[in-house]
Amino acid sequence: MSSTPPPQDTVHSEDFLRLLMRRQLKLSVACAAAFLVVLFGLPIANYVAPQLMATRVAGFTLSWLILGVLFFPAVWVISWFFIRRSIALEQDEVKSVKR
Amino acid sequence: MTTPLAFLNGVDPWIFAFSFVTMAATLGMGFWSARRSKTASDFFVAGRSVSVGWNASAISGEYLSAASFMGVAGMVMSSGYDALWYPVCYACGYLFLLLFIAGPLRRFGAYTIPDFAEGRFDSPLFRKIAVCFVLFIGFFYTMPQMKGAGTTLAYIFPGLPYWVGVVLIGAVITLNVALGGMKGITLVQAVQYWIKAFAISVPVFVLMAVFGFYNGQIGANVAPGEAAAPSAAVARQPLVAKAPQDTAWIAPFGPLTTKAVNAAAAALPAEERAAFLAEHQKPYSLLYTYSLIIALVCGTAGLPHILVRFYTNPNGVAAKRTTMWVMILIGIFYVFPPIFGVIGRNLLPELYSGVGAKGTDKVVLELPTLLAGKFGVLGSILSGITCAGAFAAFMSTFSGLLVSMTGALAHDVYGRMLRPQSNQAERLFAFKVAAVLIGGVAVGLGCFVEPLEINFMVGQAFAIAAASYFPLLFMSVWWRGMTMKGAATGMLTGGLCALGAATLTNLGTLALDKGPMGKIFAGFAPLNAFWAHHPLLRILCEQPAIWSVPLAIGLMVIVSKATAAHVPGDIRMKMLVLHAPEDLGLKREYIQEHQAGAGH
Repeated sequence: MSSTPPPQDTVHSEDFLRLLMRRQLKLSVACAAAFLVVLFGLPIANYVAPQLMATRVAGFTLSWLILGVLFFPAVWVISWFFIRRSIALEQDEVKSVKR
Repeated sequence: MTTPLAFLNGVDPWIFAFSFVTMAATLGMGFWSARRSKTASDFFVAGRSVSVGWNASAISGEYLSAASFMGVAGMVMSSGYDALWYPVCYACGYLFLLLFIAGPLRRFGAYTIPDFAEGRFDSPLFRKIAVCFVLFIGFFYTMPQMKGAGTTLAYIFPGLPYWVGVVLIGAVITLNVALGGMKGITLVQAVQYWIKAFAISVPVFVLMAVFGFYNGQIGANVAPGEAAAPSAAVARQPLVAKAPQDTAWIAPFGPLTTKAVNAAAAALPAEERAAFLAEHQKPYSLLYTYSLIIALVCGTAGLPHILVRFYTNPNGVAAKRTTMWVMILIGIFYVFPPIFGVIGRNLLPELYSGVGAKGTDKVVLELPTLLAGKFGVLGSILSGITCAGAFAAFMSTFSGLLVSMTGALAHDVYGRMLRPQSNQAERLFAFKVAAVLIGGVAVGLGCFVEPLEINFMVGQAFAIAAASYFPLLFMSVWWRGMTMKGAATGMLTGGLCALGAATLTNLGTLALDKGPMGKIFAGFAPLNAFWAHHPLLRILCEQPAIWSVPLAIGLMVIVSKATAAHVPGDIRMKMLVLHAPEDLGLKREYIQEHQAGAGH
């Protein structure tokens, strides 16, 4: 494989790869951060505010309701947002190269 | 009187019929579709036209094992709130897979993790190292499936010992795989998901309609700081002595995560116990929780038999869409098993006194029979349906694991290391021998694990995957400075440490068993005495992810920096293939020998 691509070839340039990876990683890390705040935040909340987390909500304790039921839709929303953004990002990249 | 057919006494014909039909249908469907797609590459090429919906169902079908179907309910019943982390992280771990791994891995065109390892680092040697973990993780994953099989058969045939069920089911599935009946065909796995979803949800709705809804059932338990439970109207059976108290069960940091500290406190003089518990119980429990979360979330992204399926997506975008649908399908599924656990606590507390196959792990199977008092045969039918779901669960996962492990052994170990010059017929024969060999080892291991909880064992397989394959995939996809030596050092050290820790934990637990296993493993009893004085070490051993995952990643960075001269020469092109949209047409073939590599 040729290690020196033609200079006019933007796809194979160092800048393109850097930009590509940085934009995609930024999106992934942002979504992961939103997820991790909830995931790691819940044990902390259980630890520092046990009385609050034991509050009854329609029979469930608050903590049980969050972990056993509400957690799933929250993650679906994050993944839906990620997929929408990442597909838009890819189309953007293809457009910028083909132009 | 004992006749040869004595084990048939007390068999419910409905439960037997449903289970038998599921097993026969699974085997039949496997053979039917195996005849239609002759080779592994047929399957993969055909699979690439599979729609997102089918593919997502298939991944979910393969993923939902005996741990999800039986183990989660059993553990929620035995340990309460803390066990909820398992279903949540089993489902949400896919988010990490989606965010960091699914798209790039599909673009790279790797069928399996060993394929990826070889292609990314141009190193057949590294492929061989990576293959070992297919076997390590696989065996840890098959043990709980075998316990699921043994438990279910011991439930259907009350007179049958646990090990007979393990041997019987293990032999049937192994033979099926060896004869080529189960190739991980998309259709079969997809149907399995819908069987399992039906079998878990329908009985739950009927049970809730009769005995009270999820919230009411939880409300029947007293939370800390409450004088009385809010929904006193819900019927409850009196708890047995071995059951955890309401306040410990319903609140975080309950019996599961405080076990080590409680054992340590019991070893202290009575007057020091209260102070010791006050100081250590909650912080250690928090540590346990975090380590468990890391293991499950990272482990999901590194499970070998799941990643194989992503290749059946036509492109990276479809791979991402599929992952999202998998999260929705399994997320819906995972709401239900804990409900069985909660109702089981209120209405079937005698399971707390049972051990092994007669314990809480069978709550999903037995709970519907409570309806028999009011609705006669309906109880048996619903119990038959959950048994059918359990069959679907351990059969599909065990088959999938057996196929990927046998593929690794027959293709990588035999075809590449022992006899590279072997022909097609010899390799096919080797595949059959390997299937029987691995099936035999899995059955043998399965016979020993009756005292361990199904769900807990699957968690251990995740912890090993989290410390070996997850760091490998994550770092290789996003860091171009990674070298083969760095990747190998990190993966081996992290993975083997997690493997060793998990094994020690199990040996210690088996030594505590009151039954025959306790005698066999009595030599490991001093381990428990040691842990009683060092509860922190016990937790780090039981849940190793919190140190083994950073250890693996750290070693990868350090060793890669030290061997920076060996970064693959065409790394920029590889990174482009991993990350650039397919529409740019950059696809290169990095992996040779596809057909054989797909694992037959």
